[in-house]
Amino acid sequence: MSGLLARLRLDPRLSSMVAALIVIAIVLNLMTHGLFLSPENLYNLSIQTCVIAVMACGMVYVIVARHIDLSVGSLLAFSGMAAAWTQTRAFPPGSTAGWIASIFVALALGAAAGAIQGTLVAKMRIPAFIVTLAGYLMFRGAAFLVSDGQTLAPLHPTYQALGGGVNGAIGVPASVVLGLLAACWIAWHAWTGRRDQRRYGIEPAPIWVDVLKGALMCAAIAGFVWTMCVAPDFTNVDEAGTPRGRGIGVPVLILLAIVALMTFVAQRTRYGRYVFAYGGNPEAALLSGLSTTWLVWSLFILTGVLAAIAAVITTARLGSGANSIGQLAELYVISAAVIGGTSFSGGIGSVPGAVLGALLIQTLDNGMVLLDVSSPMRQIFIGIVLIVSVWFDVVYQKRI
Amino acid sequence: MIQAEQSAAAAAPASGRTPLVEMRQIVKRFGGLVAVDHVDCELYAGECVGLLGHNGAGKTVLIKVLSGVYEPDEGSIKVHGQPVSFRTPHDAQAAGIETIHQTLALADNLDGPGNLFLGRELLTPWRTLDSRRMEYEARKVINRLNPNFKNVLDPVLRMSGGQRQSVAIARALYFNARILIMDEPCAALGPAETRMVLETIKRLKAEGIGIFLISHEMHDVFEVCERATVMKNGGVVGMVYMKDVTPDDVLQMIIQGKRPAQALAA
Repeated sequence: MSGLLARLRLDPRLSSMVAALIVIAIVLNLMTHGLFLSPENLYNLSIQTCVIAVMACGMVYVIVARHIDLSVGSLLAFSGMAAAWTQTRAFPPGSTAGWIASIFVALALGAAAGAIQGTLVAKMRIPAFIVTLAGYLMFRGAAFLVSDGQTLAPLHPTYQALGGGVNGAIGVPASVVLGLLAACWIAWHAWTGRRDQRRYGIEPAPIWVDVLKGALMCAAIAGFVWTMCVAPDFTNVDEAGTPRGRGIGVPVLILLAIVALMTFVAQRTRYGRYVFAYGGNPEAALLSGLSTTWLVWSLFILTGVLAAIAAVITTARLGSGANSIGQLAELYVISAAVIGGTSFSGGIGSVPGAVLGALLIQTLDNGMVLLDVSSPMRQIFIGIVLIVSVWFDVVYQKRI
Repeated sequence: MIQAEQSAAAAAPASGRTPLVEMRQIVKRFGGLVAVDHVDCELYAGECVGLLGHNGAGKTVLIKVLSGVYEPDEGSIKVHGQPVSFRTPHDAQAAGIETIHQTLALADNLDGPGNLFLGRELLTPWRTLDSRRMEYEARKVINRLNPNFKNVLDPVLRMSGGQRQSVAIARALYFNARILIMDEPCAALGPAETRMVLETIKRLKAEGIGIFLISHEMHDVFEVCERATVMKNGGVVGMVYMKDVTPDDVLQMIIQGKRPAQALAA
């Protein structure tokens, strides 16, 4: 098995996580008598995963660079409340300008909060744990003060679509087109990879390896798109009264765009290379002339902006702004990154891994809700999963 | 101090040639501590100059001044006769000075090419990392040093001491350094790998590259260096020609901080 993985050049950690997810999904499906793997539930799961996964993409970078951001959950609440306030108080209710402005307000606040925290960590050398612990308290308080604890509603219907609820999916035709485009990209990527290897005199892997790999990925895409397209949208019925398919949810598209961007940055740009180099050996980064202060500073802006994007998704999904949103989110985000293989000793981690980690957490949570497991018990169980996954890592690292 | 200056002035070999590097009266303080105290030092093309002294004598700080990591508090540096001031390691690299730091300065999680090009990545026309070209170039330069080195795409973490050293040296060579600084390059190496490094030094000297070598191994210093500058407590004890002294003389200078009688006479 490991020989096959090596030949396919698949990351052993990511593949074992996918395998674990498949096993867990099948078990949950049996325990819920087919409820878990129903298209409706899987659509919900895809939306539920987005908030944690979006922030986990940034947390990977921060932890890779040997820092931590404990403030993302509170910052989510603060920027979400600011967005809701902009829509309901600053602009007349229902105005288009209002919901567009609210998104910019949230993003600007997230970036500004990140810039302040980044300055304290990178310039003033206060440990990130302390700075963001203070941010955790302060932004939660600020979220309350935005409206003195009142819930702000209603939010604009178009804005609410960003949360994946009513009209929150792109429909069947667009989903199919996107799926086909993704398949084309996989084929193109494999082909250019082989061409470049030949150009530099490296013999590429046998053709069947790339074909099998591409086929597996295309099958996964097809399965996902098909599931989303058969998930019924009861608010959108045809002439005969049967609901149309939903298609891919808008938050999922936002997440996929962020994952693609952050993976690209990590693997293909100087910035990403420097984050990993800094995490691997801060002294080496400094001696190589990298601007480490700027690097660390920028990372907190990144997590701030991603928290704001998560805030937009959360408030859009709820249709209102409440200061209690995003509680414990920072811990789930860090857990997702760690379950996805990000190491606290720095320099190691991957964006797709963190997204799989978020999916794993949300899968367990979703499944346990279907099984009527109480909220405290769910927390205990996810805590156990976190420890087991890291223990797995320790054992695996020893074997190498 | 005066004695050292006189000897430095008298020592200029092949006078008339412009030195590759000329450091004059360099001072570097950290708070109240004077880590480098009015040090003079020069380096000519094709020679290897040893920098010797106890731990804490100021050797590493001195070379970090030359490699742009620290800015000196006083003093001047000339490269090829031109006054320079380095604010970052990039400035020094642009002047043709490459440094192999004592710690090798490798990021353990990155592979060979990733480390070789760290801070100076090769880019595609779209400004993204050109990984394939970096791999190709890295293999070329690393295999020139160490033909048996195949696993350059492993993280440095999984490489042997000699392989790590090869990556660090390759990083200095790839960018056509005229001036090379090696801070204890053999400290963590076995005999075969030490030999590889010493042979590399000799070959580079023959190519006209000037080398500063920091080392505690008298045997290595006497094998590859023409001259050595001995430091103690941040200052220069003296400069000697290897052909005029014995390892014991040099050890005495390092330990006692003064020049031995017969070396003075010479």
